[in-house]
Amino acid sequence: MINDTGIVIAFYIIGATTVGSALMVATVRNLIHAVLFLVLTFVGVAGIYIVLSADFVAMAQILIYAGAISVLLVFAVMLTPSADRKNSETSFQLPALALTVFVLAVSVFVIYDTNWQLAGRGQFLSTAASLGRAFLHPYVVPFEVASVLLVVAMVGAIVLTQEEASDAA
Amino acid sequence: MLPDLVLATVPLEHVLILGAILFAIGLYLALAKRNAIAVLMGVELMLNATNVTLLAFSRFIVSPRPLDGQVFAIFVITVAAAEAAVALALAVAVYRHRETVNIDEIDLLRW
Repeated sequence: MINDTGIVIAFYIIGATTVGSALMVATVRNLIHAVLFLVLTFVGVAGIYIVLSADFVAMAQILIYAGAISVLLVFAVMLTPSADRKNSETSFQLPALALTVFVLAVSVFVIYDTNWQLAGRGQFLSTAASLGRAFLHPYVVPFEVASVLLVVAMVGAIVLTQEEASDAA
Repeated sequence: MLPDLVLATVPLEHVLILGAILFAIGLYLALAKRNAIAVLMGVELMLNATNVTLLAFSRFIVSPRPLDGQVFAIFVITVAAAEAAVALALAVAVYRHRETVNIDEIDLLRW
């Protein structure tokens, strides 16, 4: 269980910041501002990972989400210059809001209704070495499949975004 | 008797509710936003919320190999990165043909 006072305070402050910036992503009126609030949300989620004593995953989160994916998002907004920059909703806003509230209510009910089998363990000491061993022994096949997936995605992204090859060649 | 602050704990339920709130906001973005890039931002937020939940279970729940939840979270981050790259490439490719990323106007498959 988590009972270090500083970590408890950190959890609630970071959690409130994360939820607040996620709400700003949904409500702010400019798409670029929404991307910036999304970056703040990603950093806040990395803080939550550290509270849950997942230090390696938190660093991966900052590198990949707050670093790479946010740059990709800004690039995608900049590469669509004459598209609408307003962060507006479609006509499905009310049904979407109703479904969202329904999903949230069901989730909260299930969270409080389930009898969780708590382990009551302390925090993990540094996780990177154990994660590295886990990737090499029981999870080596998924690890290799993930690297193939990354190569396929990279090639796919390049092929999709390159200019019409027939004119150039 | 210790004051409440010293005995304060973060229960599993609060972490899971944080994940549920983030998932709900991501779901709303993915369903209701008009710009395809904003829809993609919602999907990324949902994947982040799932990771929060996975790491909470890894931290709190009885398991013979408690770190496996973190391994799974790393795989989720990997797949999310691949998905983001392909989806943003698709958005740019659609923009090149249609001059828009508004999902109301991308209706080529509509009958």
